[in-house]
Amino acid sequence: MATFKEFRNNIKPNWCPGCGDFSIQAAIQRAAAAVGLEPENLAVISGIGCSGRISGYINAYGLHGIHGRALPIAQGVKLANRDLTVIASGGDGDGFAIGMGHTVHAIRRNINITYIVMDNQIYGLTKGQTSPRSGEGFKTKSTPEGSVESTLSPLEIALASGATFVAQSFSSDLKQLTSLIEQGIQHEGFSLINVFSPCVTFNKVNTYDWFKENIINLDTVPDYDSSNRAMAMSKLMETGSMITGLIYQNKEKKSYENMVHGFKEEPLAQQSLALDKSEFDKLVAEFV
Amino acid sequence: MISQLSWKIGGQQGEGVESTDRIFSTALNRLGYYLYGYRHFSSRIKGGHTNNKIRISTKPIRAISDDLDILVAFDQESIDFNSHELRSGGVIVADAKFGPVVPEGVDAKLFAVPITSIAEELGTSLMKNMVASGASWALLGLPLEVFNKAVEEEFGRKGPAIVEKNIEAVKRGADYVLELAGGPIEGLKLEPADGKQKLFMIGNDAIGLGSVAAGCRIMSAYPITPASEIMEYLIKKLPKFGGTVVQTEDEIAAITMAIGASYAGVRTMTASAGPGLSLMMEAIGLAGMTEIPVVIVDTQRGGPSTGLPTKQEQSDISALIYGTHGEIPKIVLAPSSIEECFYDTIQAFNLAEKYQVPVILATDLQLSLGKQSCETLDFDKIQIDRGYMVKDIPDREDSSMFNRYAFTENGISPRVLPGEKNGIHHVTGVEHDESGRPSESPVNRKKMMDKRFRKLAKLDVENPIHLHAPHPEPDLLIVGMGSTGGTIDQARLRLNGEGITSNHMTVRLLHPFPVEEVREQMEKAKKIVVLENNATGQLANLIKMNVGHHDKIVNVLKYDGNPFLPSEVFERCKNAAGNLTQEELVKNGNL
Ligand SMILES: Cc1ncc(C[n+]2csc(CCOP(=O)(O)OP(=O)(O)O)c2C)c(N)n1
Ligand code: SF4
Ligand SMILES: [Mg+2]
Repeated sequence: MATFKEFRNNIKPNWCPGCGDFSIQAAIQRAAAAVGLEPENLAVISGIGCSGRISGYINAYGLHGIHGRALPIAQGVKLANRDLTVIASGGDGDGFAIGMGHTVHAIRRNINITYIVMDNQIYGLTKGQTSPRSGEGFKTKSTPEGSVESTLSPLEIALASGATFVAQSFSSDLKQLTSLIEQGIQHEGFSLINVFSPCVTFNKVNTYDWFKENIINLDTVPDYDSSNRAMAMSKLMETGSMITGLIYQNKEKKSYENMVHGFKEEPLAQQSLALDKSEFDKLVAEFV
Repeated sequence: MISQLSWKIGGQQGEGVESTDRIFSTALNRLGYYLYGYRHFSSRIKGGHTNNKIRISTKPIRAISDDLDILVAFDQESIDFNSHELRSGGVIVADAKFGPVVPEGVDAKLFAVPITSIAEELGTSLMKNMVASGASWALLGLPLEVFNKAVEEEFGRKGPAIVEKNIEAVKRGADYVLELAGGPIEGLKLEPADGKQKLFMIGNDAIGLGSVAAGCRIMSAYPITPASEIMEYLIKKLPKFGGTVVQTEDEIAAITMAIGASYAGVRTMTASAGPGLSLMMEAIGLAGMTEIPVVIVDTQRGGPSTGLPTKQEQSDISALIYGTHGEIPKIVLAPSSIEECFYDTIQAFNLAEKYQVPVILATDLQLSLGKQSCETLDFDKIQIDRGYMVKDIPDREDSSMFNRYAFTENGISPRVLPGEKNGIHHVTGVEHDESGRPSESPVNRKKMMDKRFRKLAKLDVENPIHLHAPHPEPDLLIVGMGSTGGTIDQARLRLNGEGITSNHMTVRLLHPFPVEEVREQMEKAKKIVVLENNATGQLANLIKMNVGHHDKIVNVLKYDGNPFLPSEVFERCKNAAGNLTQEELVKNGNL
């Protein structure tokens, strides 16, 4: 069995020192080892942004695609080879602005992949513009007078879209984050994990200290029931989504692969492609 | 007896025009006639005039005709809209219900058959289609038994009572019209067909079938006219082979999902039309940059924007070739017949994997949706070539990554699928080195660009063009693509009658352009007509850019939404062959 070190490669991330994304990288490596994966059986598919570079920093199969499209690529990978563990990841702009349409539909579709959003409430790579996750009034290069648009609440949207696994964590809490990623990987269906990942260079508001002061760990909330969707929704609304931990999980619903008609249990990528003559003749006979 | 005729049915969308056409033509196909169909329809689902036209012939036919022999009309609008096409002495079979009249100036025989009443008497007005097709069948002097067998097959599942009712409806329609006409009409009686089994399908069916035969197991797509039939075919078939169709949230998801699945080792495709292709462009660039094979079908329709979504056009040529930002190697293939839709789809998958590039299969609406006879498809011609894939990679001493993008002589690097031990590498749309790691080194950049383009330097595609070239030095070389070939051939017969010699070239490989093959033919011709369904002469421009001979090239363009008619092609080619100046040609409508 591989150790977390085997999920490391020799590439040095180009993230700024102190960037929250480092811990997410480490958490993925630890979680992959903890659930017993071998590097070749993991595929990390990422979008574009500082965060999107993550697929290149893990010793596993990795695809760094185009901005906002990590999810459809990742779903394609999983459909082609359901023996692979597939993690999609990217920034808050990637997943909740340009890629928001895919996010909602990946949630609805419920293909068995894990989506980790590295949420820094800003566009890091393009050097500090507002994101759908920025707070109202947040001043950035593109909102010099402060953002007037509402802050998106993707976890509420996820619940409303039929999500079967919704979690949130903070990059400083490596233990919780690793555990949630493990649970996400083991969940049958689509798992969404939003991770507060401070951008130390462009976001001077949502800092490590700010998060420490403002987030509530669900472990400290008595009687919180993560199988209760209504409770999850009201907790998110009550706290402005400032909670971490497993927010909601539906263990009943089967994944897309296990529900869709005729879909093979063995990976499609390993099937032989050739039709035999009798099958072909049958197909042709429909057009006589 | 005649060897070919044209039949058309018109009515409001949703009132049985499609099903009448289907039953009538399926029965004709059983007898071995060659058929070529054309659908006139609009974006509305119910209501709005629609008509289907079929050309029926004892010999292979690949074009609609200029005129019409029989018009079946469910309403007066269908008569008013279509009767000008009738040849003198043609026949209108109309529903007596609406009190049909023949418009002034139209020389046609009208048979008013109580189509709706007969159907209602038998239980439901839905059977209008059976009455109407029975009447048409009888006029051609064809035996009812064959028709009844087709009815049995169509309705067999619903039980003998339904079959009998429908057969009765056919008979009543046939009897009524024969009584009015006093027997089958001499000028409409069809010579017997060869009785040989033919397939009868639309191009989209052939693409769907071809993709199953090629081993495609996942399709991701978003509905759009005129591509949706491919998806609808595959959702019926792929689950039988363990695969599936995903109807995605948009075309960007469709292409990127296909790229993901293809990267992980499954033959995957997507299909769309212009608007969807526009959305896919960035991702096609990703496939080119990351060397992930993927097959994309573009069923061209009237553009730009929503354009004419249910009409014929060939105006995506430039977009398909040049649409992505930056420069990637890709292949654009344009099949020109139903058979080719099938074989080219298989070839598209093979080329995509062999050269590790995106392959676009470009049809047009008439080829995708026009139902046609097709020779039997040959199982033995199906070959699957997955290209340079490696497995069981030996352990390496160092911790280096696998060189997925190794610099090779022909530019094609070893492909390895996720799951393979010792094959880990990186994949990114950022410029990268041999193992896929991002690299901005100018030396590496140039080497990588050259490597990617080297793959197509020795592209091996059989028949990049199709040629009918009986003349060593023809007056005209007529160049086309897609669905226009049959019409060009019809026009050439007439040109020949006027003493104008012509050769015919169909460009099948649009990109990379088959320069030498095309040049050779162009040099022999006195003039070159490039015929295409668009306003700016995109194919002609491609030829000018790649080969030259600007001064010999004359555009024949049509972009009103309808396919070319043989008579138009004849007239315009004749103009082109004359000594008219460019200005005069414009006046004559050539441009
Ligand atoms: C289609 C497209 N539009 C714009 C860009 C430029 N771009 C790159 S990353 C990015 C946003 C990054 O923000 P986020 O997704 O939050 O990632 P972060 O850098 O913060 O991790 C943008 C706008 C692009 N690469 N592609
Ligand atoms: S700019 Fe911000 S998000 Fe990007 S690497 Fe630096 S700290 Fe991280
Ligand atoms: Mg961000």
